[in-house]
Amino acid sequence: MTRSAILNGRLYDPASGLDKRGNLYIDGDRLVGVGEQPPSGFVADQEINVDGLWVLPGLFDLYACLRQPGFEHKGTFASELRAAVKGGVTSVCCPPNTSPVNDSAAVSNLINDLARETGLSRVYALGAITQGLSGEQLSEMYALKAAGCIGVTNLRRPFRNNKIMKRCLEYACSHDITVFACPEDAALAQDGCVHEGAIASRLGLAGIPASAETLAVSQWLMLAEDTDVRLHLGPLSCARSVELVREAKQRGLKVTANVALANLMFTEACIEDFDSRFHVRPPLRREQDRQALLDGLREGVLDVIVSKHEPHEIAALLAPFAETEPGMSQLETWLSQMLLLSRESQIDFGVLLAASTVGPARVSGLGGGALKVGELADFSVFDPNAEWTPTAVQWMSAGKNSPWLDRTLPGVVTMTWVGGKNVYPSVTQ
Amino acid sequence: MIWPTENKPRAAIQLNHEGQLRHFLSIEGLKRELLIEILDTAESFIEVGSRSIRKVPLLRGKTVANLFFEASTRTRSTFELAAKRLSADVLNININTSATTKGESLSDMLRNLEAMAVDMFVVRHVQSGSPHFIATAVTPGVSVINAGDGRHEHPTQAMLDMLTIRQHKGGFENLTVAIVGDILHSRVARSEIHALKALGAAEIRVIAPDTLLPVDVESMGVKVFSTLDEGLRDADVVVTLRLQKERMEGALLPSEHEFYRLYGLSAERMRSAKPDAIVMHPGPMNRGVEIDSAVADGAQSVILQQVTNGIAVRMAVMSMAMSGQINALAARGGQ
Repeated sequence: MTRSAILNGRLYDPASGLDKRGNLYIDGDRLVGVGEQPPSGFVADQEINVDGLWVLPGLFDLYACLRQPGFEHKGTFASELRAAVKGGVTSVCCPPNTSPVNDSAAVSNLINDLARETGLSRVYALGAITQGLSGEQLSEMYALKAAGCIGVTNLRRPFRNNKIMKRCLEYACSHDITVFACPEDAALAQDGCVHEGAIASRLGLAGIPASAETLAVSQWLMLAEDTDVRLHLGPLSCARSVELVREAKQRGLKVTANVALANLMFTEACIEDFDSRFHVRPPLRREQDRQALLDGLREGVLDVIVSKHEPHEIAALLAPFAETEPGMSQLETWLSQMLLLSRESQIDFGVLLAASTVGPARVSGLGGGALKVGELADFSVFDPNAEWTPTAVQWMSAGKNSPWLDRTLPGVVTMTWVGGKNVYPSVTQ
Repeated sequence: MIWPTENKPRAAIQLNHEGQLRHFLSIEGLKRELLIEILDTAESFIEVGSRSIRKVPLLRGKTVANLFFEASTRTRSTFELAAKRLSADVLNININTSATTKGESLSDMLRNLEAMAVDMFVVRHVQSGSPHFIATAVTPGVSVINAGDGRHEHPTQAMLDMLTIRQHKGGFENLTVAIVGDILHSRVARSEIHALKALGAAEIRVIAPDTLLPVDVESMGVKVFSTLDEGLRDADVVVTLRLQKERMEGALLPSEHEFYRLYGLSAERMRSAKPDAIVMHPGPMNRGVEIDSAVADGAQSVILQQVTNGIAVRMAVMSMAMSGQINALAARGGQ
């Protein structure tokens, strides 16, 4: 067992309210000391001085597409997890939009095997709540849970009818499984690709009205109340959705919610001139929606920020706007974007950090996401004063679909540790 | 928001370093002076159409490819005629949309055409923003002309309509223009609104039920009317739009019959407009649906003049864009 000491960093952990200069002491895969003094008898095999840098809990992502199995032309565990550790992300949860769909223990086990072979970040899976995500037949949710899935979801795919939707929630509830709901009314969203508003109207792009989301949020909340299921809603994009969740939480529903990083950073104004780098789902909405999402984070109505990492091959992007595939490759710039957001939008970095560490760790049911004695030694070292300019050559993710390529961002992850091991930068990289 | 979008001129890609046209993608983003220049240039080409030899050598030695991903008779043939009257070589490529989505990608097809040394693409595509995408993808020096993209814009149609209006009304400043029908799906309406705004029309009205209006259409600077009689009152120019039969199926309208009853342009309804009002239609017309034959063929109709003007306007835009590209290339080479 290796013992390491990370010395003289700014220990910054929203979960424990910790924000002071100090040291981390690691024995094996766990933190054994956090603060000024090592535990008694601790002798470090290696000491690393991180004076002037921030020591942060590893980011925990509840939604990152790793594209395996089935979409290896878009990305692989190897490429996307390299991007994750470069971004200080130590746990990622991959949705079931794989091929085959992750609706069985067999596919979940394949994902677990891929994760084990790849190493780097921890990987957890979300299972499909219906077979093949078809919205018709219940999946074997208990088997998915037993194979390690932290929740089940139908993504944005519709259910055949509300009865099936309700049955899914009842069954999940009886086995204590969290349901992840991506609220979007399929008929109202239909062919839409951007927020339905003045800009979409002017550009002649089919819009997705806010009501496509708010109607679905209401529906999920009503059924959650009926079935007593544990519901995690998101990504949310509309101000009105935040209100609905606030109200549901006040009424005591077991509901949590997330927002995607892109919806915190950008608005519909970015799609001018058909800039398809900003084609995302849920769509970028108005500035007042963005402000309401930030307020939701400040107040704790929104518990989680997800990267919604969706790497794509170049060919998926070389098309007219509506024909490009939505999504951004987000993992490696996540912390930098949050630092920029905290500086530009008057939101405390600690709020953003909490929603990317302890928030998702709680929703996952696994706990962690904190710099505390006894927790897994998953953390990153971050230099907030450095800057970097991502370029396609140095980009780790197979998906080059990021608006941040060739633009300067603040804050550089200098080191990432998972389970007491330094996984980035590694000697082989 | 974090991303800097302010102060970025819209559709700046269509202008060269001197503010001259090098692509023609949208009316949005073009200043009044440039629109007037297009109209004046077009006016000078009208005379070419009446000569015994209807040719000028402005595009001699250049190759123009008409890329039509959507069926079109009138627009494609007037573009072809315009290119030929400018002495260009013309390549007509009609692409069945379903064939391209299944096979070769748009960008691969463009690479292939560029390898044949095409100097100008005239593009019609079902997706809004396709000409923008193509303009960003082509090699420097190649010009892209939008011949209609999805619901976005149909800028040459708008300019030929502006030319027609100017010929009848002398200018734009005091005009009330009413656009009637399916605004939601109409690229013509969007381009016309931008053009009329830039040219200083006094009032632009759209007349349609809410199901056929884009959300927040008022933000484009128009007044919305849901009844024809009110919307046509004292109008100088009436533009009716084609109503596609598919609109009945998408729960946008109850029936053609009810649409005609409410929004069909009849001689009687035209009495609300000014006595000297002109009637325009971008074609092809559905007689008895959005317009009565009595109006379409009547004294106030300028529909066939629109078609004639289409050739001159397309000649103007093509010659201006080509010379704008040549100037842009020269500037690059000079650096």
